Formats: sequence, structure tokens, C-alpha cells
Amino acid sequence: MIEWRDDAILLSARRHGENAAVLSLLTRDRGRHAGLVRGGQSRKLKGVLQPGNRIAVTWKARLEEHLGTLTVEPVHGYAAHLMADPGRLLAMSSALSLIEKAFAEREPHPYAFDDLDALMVALDGPGWAETYIRWEVGLLAELGFGLDLSACAATGVTDDLCYVSPKTGRAVSREAGAIYKDKLLALPGFLVTRGASGDTAAIGDALRLTRYFLDRHVFSHLDAPLPDARLRLQDRFRNLETGS
Amino acid sequence: MQEIERLVQLLARLPGLGPRSARRAVLMLIKRKESLMQPLAMALAEAADKIRTCTTCGNLDTSDTCAICRDPTRDQTAICVVEQVGDLWALERTGVFRGRYHVLGGVLSAIDGVGPEDLNIAALLARVGPDHPVQEVILATNLTVDGQTTAHYVTERLEPSGVKVSRLAHGVPVGGELDYLDDGTLATALKSRQLV
Repeated sequence: MIEWRDDAILLSARRHGENAAVLSLLTRDRGRHAGLVRGGQSRKLKGVLQPGNRIAVTWKARLEEHLGTLTVEPVHGYAAHLMADPGRLLAMSSALSLIEKAFAEREPHPYAFDDLDALMVALDGPGWAETYIRWEVGLLAELGFGLDLSACAATGVTDDLCYVSPKTGRAVSREAGAIYKDKLLALPGFLVTRGASGDTAAIGDALRLTRYFLDRHVFSHLDAPLPDARLRLQDRFRNLETGS
Repeated sequence: MQEIERLVQLLARLPGLGPRSARRAVLMLIKRKESLMQPLAMALAEAADKIRTCTTCGNLDTSDTCAICRDPTRDQTAICVVEQVGDLWALERTGVFRGRYHVLGGVLSAIDGVGPEDLNIAALLARVGPDHPVQEVILATNLTVDGQTTAHYVTERLEPSGVKVSRLAHGVPVGGELDYLDDGTLATALKSRQLV
């Protein structure tokens, strides 16, 4: 019998039969991992098994390639803290569904767990939208498609960076990008200045920026559309921008 | 024996019944053919024939406009939105709400591929237009991630109508002891605290 214990954040829980649930988890040491929880639809466990919650799991199976059974213990009920706010709840659902779709199962992502855990904490505080965008930029890097926003790709200057090249994912300064600005993606200031915050329009620009690279580098290869929650999050900021 | 096997297979599909318990149920039905099996068969046939989904609210009844929607004594200015017919029955059991209902037929779920177009949302929006007496919509979706995502989505869609939108309170259940509550429930209860 193979057995391991790990910390995990619940990505999704699917009903299985009448009482059980199949969980998809982001674990600290083993990446995205699935397992069956007996009694996962019980009243006792339903609150614990809400997507976004942090849990401690023990996974057991006879063979490594089996689905395996999980026992779970609650560690932190992040989801309950975010349910009242539509934007924060959408951001949480978006992050979970991006990982669920973009990470291959059982492929270790050593920093992804701590990054997601930190995001869950940050979503309950001020500046959550900026933190969410930074997390998406980090996700792109984790998947091997990091943006280089440190200096202008054309001139090397580090000031006044306000575009990103859609071809290279590198920053471009206002001066160097002036003649190509219709073809470049807007780079909101808060992404190049540590701790800075952005207004609704800047968040909208940032979501368009990361969406472009998520679409191009990740989801087009998976032959899948971006998750609904991610699209709805972007729609929400677009509506706030336009006041509709 | 083929008939018995078929009956067992059909009953085993019901929630709470597996093949063994279905077999026991079939044996019991056969034993009480006149007193149980035939009345049950008749009741099933009658229900299959008569039960309709109310096109106004999504409730189940024997006529297209259900008894709740038809009842002139019920408050026409309030609609309570629920996920499933079972939730409507649960609220009716309390006897507290005297308005009307709207059954969404599920919740938004990325995992199960349920989008807004799969839910009974368009019919709800049609019920709160300017020509309707509705003043308040009470969202009674479950306190789950999917339930609350759906509630926020419905709230956004209702916004242009100008109707008042409220939701059920979240917090400590009757008889609940703080020491035994999970931290999510406690956090929600604290956030939703009220002045006394």
C-alpha cells in the first residue's frame, strides 16, 4: 500500500455516486493530484470540501497509478471568507480553474502551492485585484512563458515602460513603442512598480495582457477555451470600466 | 424472472438504493402485490402522466401554472429564487415565506459545464420587468462556491430592473455551538453580524 500526506488546496470536487466525491487538489509536493473521498457529499464534509479551501490530505492506493482514496482534514476555510464579494469569489474561481486546466496531473510545481496559498490570503485583503494579476503573471512563468517586464526590449531602458510585445512578452518603453502602439499590449504601471496599485482601467488592461498570453501559450495548445470564471472576471472589470 | 430483474435494475437507479436493497424492495412489492405493488404502479403512472413543470417558476405540479403561482393570497411583490424544487419544498415547510418562488434548476458550474444559458434565468428576468408587481427578489441559493457565484451572477443580471435584491442570512444554525462550528461558518457569521 502506498501512502503519503501533504498540504493541498482544493481545486474542485465532483460528485461520485451517492456519497463519495472525487477531488482535484493542488498539493505542495506532488502538483495537481486527484483522489476519492468516501462520504465526500456528507453534511460533515461538504463545508470542508469547498473549492479554494486548504486541507491536509492523506492519500492511499495499492498502486501508484490508481485514483486512490483520500482522507481530509480542514486547515483553512478560505472560500467562506470570499463568498460575499462577487469580484473576489470570481478571482478565486478563476485561479482554481486556471490551475485545474493548465497543470498536468501529478507534475510537481514546487512554488505553485505557496503562491496559490498566498493568493487565497491576499484575496481577502485590500489590493486583491492587483495581487491576482501578479499571480497570473507568476502562473505564466511557472508554465514556462514568463513575461520580461524588467527593461525595454528595444532600448534597454527601465523607465516609462508602458507596452508589452505580443510576440516576445517583453516590455517596451513609451518612446520605443510609439510607432507600433496599435500592435502592442498595454502594460499597466502597477505591474512594473512593486507594491503599486491600479485603477479599474489598469486592472482591465492587465487582464487583457495576461489573457493574451494565457490564450496564446497555454490554452491554444490545450485546444480549450479559457475557463468561464476567468472570462467572467474580465467581463466584470470591463463592465465596471464602462459603467454598464 | 426477466420482469423481476428489470424491476430490480430500475429501482437500483433510485437514490439511496443499490442492487441489494432494490432486490429487497422488489421482494416486498411482490409479497404485497394488491396492497402495495398495484397502488404504487398506478400512482407512478398517474404522476408520470400528470406532473408538469410550471413554466412561470419551474416548480412541479399537476397543472402548468403551479398552485403557488395561482394562489391569489400569496404576496406577488416577492420572489424567492432557489436552486432546486427540493429547496422550494424546504422553504415551504417553514411556512414563513408567503411570496412566490423561482427555481433555477441548478447552479453555474465550470466543472460540470453549466453556464447561464442552462439555467432558468431568462424566465426570472421576464418576471421582474416594469409591467410586473415584483419589488423584491430573495436569493436563497446554497452557501457553496457555486451557489454564491450563481447568486452574484443573478444579482448582476437583475440590477438594470431596479428591483430590490436580498439574500438569506449566513451564520450560526439554530442549536449550533460555537465550539463545534467550522471556521468558515464562524467567519461568515461574524461578517454578517447584526446590531441588537
